[in-house]
Amino acid sequence: MSSTDQSPEKLYTAREPIFPRRVSGPFRSLKWWIMAVTLGIYYLTPWIRWDRGPNLPDQAVLIDLASRRFFMFWIEIWPHEFYFVAGLLIMAGLGLFLFTSALGRVWCGYTCPQTVWTDLFILVERWIEGDRNKRVRLWNAPMDARKARLRITKWTLWFLIAIATGGAWVFYFTDAPTLLHQLVTFSAHPIAYTTIGVLAATTFVFGGFMREQVCIYMCPWPRIQAAMMDEDTLTVAYRDWRGEPRGKHRKSEAAAEMGDCIDCNACVNVCPMGIDIRDGQQLACITCALCIDACDDVMAKIGKPRGLIDYMALTDEPAERAGAQPKSIWKHIFRVRTVLYTTLWSVVGIALVVALFLRSDIDMTVAPVRNPTFVTLSDGSIRNTYDVRLRNKHGEDRLFHISLTSEAVLMVALEGTDELGVVVPADATKLQRVYITAPAGSAAASQARTDLRLWVEDMEAQERTYTDTVFNGNVK
Amino acid sequence: MSTDKKNETHEVPTTGHSWDGIEELDNPMPRWWLWTFYACIVYALLYSVAYPAWPLVKAATPGLLGYSTRAEVADEIKRFEDANASLVTRLEGVELASVSEDADLHNYAVQGGAAVFRTNCAQCHGSGAAGNVGYPNLLDDDWLWGGDIEAIRTTVAHGIRNEQDADTRYSEMPKFGEILEAEEIDQVVHYVLNISGQEHDAALAEAGSVVFEDNCASCHGETGIGDREQGAPNLTDAIWLYGGDADTLTETVTNARFGVMPNWNTRLSESEIRAVAIYVHQLGGGE
Repeated sequence: MSSTDQSPEKLYTAREPIFPRRVSGPFRSLKWWIMAVTLGIYYLTPWIRWDRGPNLPDQAVLIDLASRRFFMFWIEIWPHEFYFVAGLLIMAGLGLFLFTSALGRVWCGYTCPQTVWTDLFILVERWIEGDRNKRVRLWNAPMDARKARLRITKWTLWFLIAIATGGAWVFYFTDAPTLLHQLVTFSAHPIAYTTIGVLAATTFVFGGFMREQVCIYMCPWPRIQAAMMDEDTLTVAYRDWRGEPRGKHRKSEAAAEMGDCIDCNACVNVCPMGIDIRDGQQLACITCALCIDACDDVMAKIGKPRGLIDYMALTDEPAERAGAQPKSIWKHIFRVRTVLYTTLWSVVGIALVVALFLRSDIDMTVAPVRNPTFVTLSDGSIRNTYDVRLRNKHGEDRLFHISLTSEAVLMVALEGTDELGVVVPADATKLQRVYITAPAGSAAASQARTDLRLWVEDMEAQERTYTDTVFNGNVK
Repeated sequence: MSTDKKNETHEVPTTGHSWDGIEELDNPMPRWWLWTFYACIVYALLYSVAYPAWPLVKAATPGLLGYSTRAEVADEIKRFEDANASLVTRLEGVELASVSEDADLHNYAVQGGAAVFRTNCAQCHGSGAAGNVGYPNLLDDDWLWGGDIEAIRTTVAHGIRNEQDADTRYSEMPKFGEILEAEEIDQVVHYVLNISGQEHDAALAEAGSVVFEDNCASCHGETGIGDREQGAPNLTDAIWLYGGDADTLTETVTNARFGVMPNWNTRLSESEIRAVAIYVHQLGGGE
């Protein structure tokens, strides 16, 4: 350290306010559509009804944590089938890799909740306070009645959106109409209000005030994505070989010496991240492509071809500089890396679908009782006890029949009944103690370990499943 | 080593301590730290007034709020007892043989009985109820004094050969070492080995049958199948409380056995006794 240093260098720059200008074009339209679809899915899904019979909830998508069930339309996931959730997460991860390696940060630019809600909040802001120039003026104006009124109106609308966002979340976890009634009559559980409060607060602050700061400072994804991108990944870039030297086109100057960029700053003004794409690829760029729309608009007005700012890959640059045509988009997208990701993604997906159709509606787990390992009965026969958990995933009570197969002579009996059948209530697990007995003097009665297979059969559905376990004899 | 100019420019007194020429500056504590410290002192004072704090001879000062962890536990216990009150009433009035028809009550009794068993019975009978030498296995189908729920309830409530309880189950096997000759004992042991299907000396067993009829049959029955009225074990089956080999049998006949179980009616409530009886009954051996 030098002895003459003054104030230490600041590690953080204060946020520069950003006032994105309105823009229209194909990418903006695409973003509107994606916003409508994603928000629609998020807000409306809990309200879809799905009839599952009298004993099960009729909400199409429901994460029932209290009874440990996950319902999604005709699919019902029990806790022991959690690998479906793990598989879906793996698919989501691989999907993210695939899209990032092919199309760069499309997740960031189009579908990330931070982007979508910020877009929505900017829409509200523009609606209340006007477009970019008006907002800049309002920002610089001293606080007066009009500014206060506009601010309060904007914040109120933001707040309502935030509440709705937090509110929609809790509906996924319990019956939505019931919870809504409880929420408005203030009889819902405090956890519901707390969750809504926390999510409303984060939505309000992230969407209204922090915006691009979340992407730049908080989100790990911009920093990881570089590992998934290569020279063929599509990204938003500025054709500087075409645009430079930039400058205002005046008649007095020779047009040939100037590039296509007229330095109108349209691309900068529309950017929700507040960056200049002409500086090249950068961490803050979420590739939302709004600058492409803005620039194309200007190019059309000055009679130049579109695409001064455009989606392109790094490998295109030398070709284009040499005057050749860029590779087609499809050639960029179809390459070993993306095909590999697609294959992996499909393998997991197919495995999950197969598992979904193969799983049976009845299931059991068997836990041999080890305290003690066996009991000697008065006639000298040896008995083992098993705690068997029978799962009935049907919407009605079912009669389960229990039997065993083994090379040894073994007999099966159930606790509390002389029958070999037991009624398992609808959508429930029943713990049934099962006794297996080896006759006195038989091989199984005197050897340490005999393999056996326990079967459970749903007599009504003609469906059955088994679990392998062992029988412990009395080794003298 | 460079000199830190910063400290020289600040007018901070030193504490006067100096080690190897390094002086300790007497900077004030950070203000946030000081205020937190003062706040903690105030909090501690208020806490010691409001909550039990200062230890006295017999107990701590009670505190103005009257809070007590003991009372909290008592409240908690009472809350569960209130919640279970109707089940307890039903359990005390139910016909034990038909308790399994009431699924809720049966479930409550089994769960509660398991807890009672682990606390009070597992020490002798084992946590899995498999017993030990001298302590009956409760999982098998052999019962000295009866294996239906009512019989188990009576055993639990009044104990076995328990002098504290007038209604206890009682019987006493004589010490045949004082009555029979060693040779006769040997004969009767081989007779018992015979009727329980074990290896034996046929000649001794033949002679032993007479000894058995004269001395043992009154309690264990003429065929040796035992008598539950007297808690006399079945000598023909594969289950032995103390062991069925010749040496152990000789020991048993010579010195007799006198297994004692305490009565639980003074320590457990009627519903707890019933619950543990139901629990034991459904372990696999119940009749």
